[in-house]
Parts: sequence; C-alpha cells; structure tokens
Amino acid sequence: MAEFRLPKNSRIIKGKHFPAANSVSNVRKFAVYRYDPSSDENPRVDTYDVDMDNCGPMVLDALIKIKNEIDPTLTFRRSCREGICGSCAMNIDGGNTLACTRANDEVKGDVKIYPLPHMSVVKDLVTDLTNFYAQYASIKPWLQSRTPPPPDQERLQSKEDQELINEPAACILCACCSTSCPSYWWNSDRYLGPAALLASYRWLVDSRDDATGERLDELEDPFRLYRCHTIMNCTQTCPKGLNPAQAIAETKKMLVERKY
Amino acid sequence: MSNNGRPLSPHLSIYRWPITMTMSILHRATGVALSVGFIVLVGWLFDAAMGAETYAAMLSYLDTMVGKLLLMGWSFAFFFHLSNGVRHLVWDSGRGFEKATANASAWFALLLAIVLTALFWWARS
Repeated sequence: MAEFRLPKNSRIIKGKHFPAANSVSNVRKFAVYRYDPSSDENPRVDTYDVDMDNCGPMVLDALIKIKNEIDPTLTFRRSCREGICGSCAMNIDGGNTLACTRANDEVKGDVKIYPLPHMSVVKDLVTDLTNFYAQYASIKPWLQSRTPPPPDQERLQSKEDQELINEPAACILCACCSTSCPSYWWNSDRYLGPAALLASYRWLVDSRDDATGERLDELEDPFRLYRCHTIMNCTQTCPKGLNPAQAIAETKKMLVERKY
Repeated sequence: MSNNGRPLSPHLSIYRWPITMTMSILHRATGVALSVGFIVLVGWLFDAAMGAETYAAMLSYLDTMVGKLLLMGWSFAFFFHLSNGVRHLVWDSGRGFEKATANASAWFALLLAIVLTALFWWARS
C-alpha cells in the first residue's frame, strides 16, 4: 500500500542560511536538501546565497562553488560534467535531471535541489542505488546468443536493426526516470521501473539476441512490467530525451502479440 | 525495504506534476467515483421498480443541491474516464508516446470531458 507521508525520521526541519558578502550584487538563492548521517537530526534544507557573477552556468557549477567556497560538508555525486556519466542526477526545480546539463537560467526563482525522490538517503544529495542496480542486473543486460558467431567476422546487423537499439542503448542509467515514477515510488520492491524496462527492451529488439522468449517470460508478471500505468513521468523527465514509456508499451505489445 | 535507519527522500511534496501525471491520477479517481456512482444508479433503478412513491422520494433526494453536485461530479467522471480511456486505447497500440503528443492529448482529453459534461447538462435543462 502506498505510503504518502514521509516517515518520522525523514520529515524536513528548518535549515541554516549562508548569506553572501555585502559586496556581492548578483545573488541567487540555492535551497539544498541536507542530511548528516553522523547526527541524530532529521534532514533539513539549507539556503546558500551564491555570487552568480563568479559562477559557471550550470546547477552543478553552483553546487561545486558552494562546496569549494561556502560549505565543504555539502555532499553530492558528480564526475563527467557533460551529461554522459549520470552521476549528478538529482531533483532540481521539481523535476529529475542532471545537475551538469541543467542551466541555472532555466530555473525560475530560487533553485531548489533535492535528492532523487523516494530513495534512501546516504548523505545530502547521495541516494542508495543498490536496488536500482540490482533491478538492472535482473534483466540480464548482455547478449544471449544460441548460435556460434561467424568464424571470420563479428555478428553483423543491418542498418535498420541497429537503428532499433540506438535510442534505448543511449541510456546512461542515471535513475532520473525510475525515481520520477509514482508507481516506482510505491512498488520499487517489485516493479522494475522505467530504466530497467528500457534496458530490457534494448535486448528484446536486438536482432542478434536469441533469448527474447525467456526475457518476455521474466517480464510477464503483474508487478515487474505491468505496474506501468502510463503516467509518463519517465519520458517527461529523461535528461537524455529517451522514451522509456514507449519502450514499455512496445514490450506489452510483444507480450500480447506472441500469444496469437 | 530495509534502509539502515536512513531517511526517505521527499517525493510527492517536492515533485512538479506534469499534466500527464495529473491525468493519470484523475483517471483512477474518476474510476473509483464511477464505481460508487453505479451503486447509486442501481438504487435509482431499484426505486423505480418499487413504484411511483419510492421513486418520488429518491428523486427528491437527487434534486437537492448536494444531489445535483454529486450527479454533476459523476457525469464528469464518466466523460473524463471515457475520453482518457480512448487515449489509453491509442497508447495500447503503441502510438502517441512522444512528449509533445502525450501532453497535447492530455489537454485535449481534459477539455473534451469538460465540454461533454457541460453539453450533457445543457441538453437536459
């Protein structure tokens, strides 16, 4: 059963304010979710006044500036700063996205930053992705072939067959989609979620893969696949512009079509 | 799921609702409302079968302000569930999943439900 309220230990209390120096003229407020596992305190939202005349264009630039110059205890994941590693996925201005590809100018008003929604928080903006990765592993994200490869070359695909997997293979597993999905919020223990299902679709339509039947068998379950109710938050929020909702619909179609 | 005493990150309270999410929850809410509405409909028919006096009593309940509001709500629930249901039917065929299309069809289904409800009450007045 869906639990709409946050548990007692998760309710947000009033945080600290870090004002800018008087000499700074172009100030922007960043409200950031904080949780310190070494204290007994509930999570809080701290507000940082950032000097935008000396800050890079992206939300990640602002977070790094806060960590470097205002509060070194602020914790978040980041790596590539160009939208390909998926580390800095978080909830910015009410939507899940990558801090490195979301410009500060795209956000109206104060920039509100929370961790990915309905996840277990390790510290500040860092969430526990163990279950998310386990679900990805469960769809067996590798080529399963029953035939030996040609002795003198790779397993080749036609251009058309390759185009089928181009888009789903571009997923960077940032978890923005799965953690935007209310169905995943209430049922992440049994529903695979859009990211794992998009990855599964990538192998279902791969012309070189011979395990389509077994893959579909695994998905034919009231929860794993069919908890998708076409809410469309996944497709709306994907920072790479991919369409997990469509991939899930195609998977449902494959399950119907193989019966007839 | 065990979380080692870690807090749960906020979800409903911080997420900005896209129109598609609103439509989805309204589809479920109108479905529930219709289930309740059908019980009333059965009662209505039952009272009609019981004779003129019982039926007149039922009508007097439905003719109150509260009764009319409920009937309007149920008629909207019906038209909403119908128009959004057709949207789901198109989705089941694998079409209409592009972000712009899904957003446009959401607004279209919502407006259609409002217009149909208005027409329905206008036609019977």
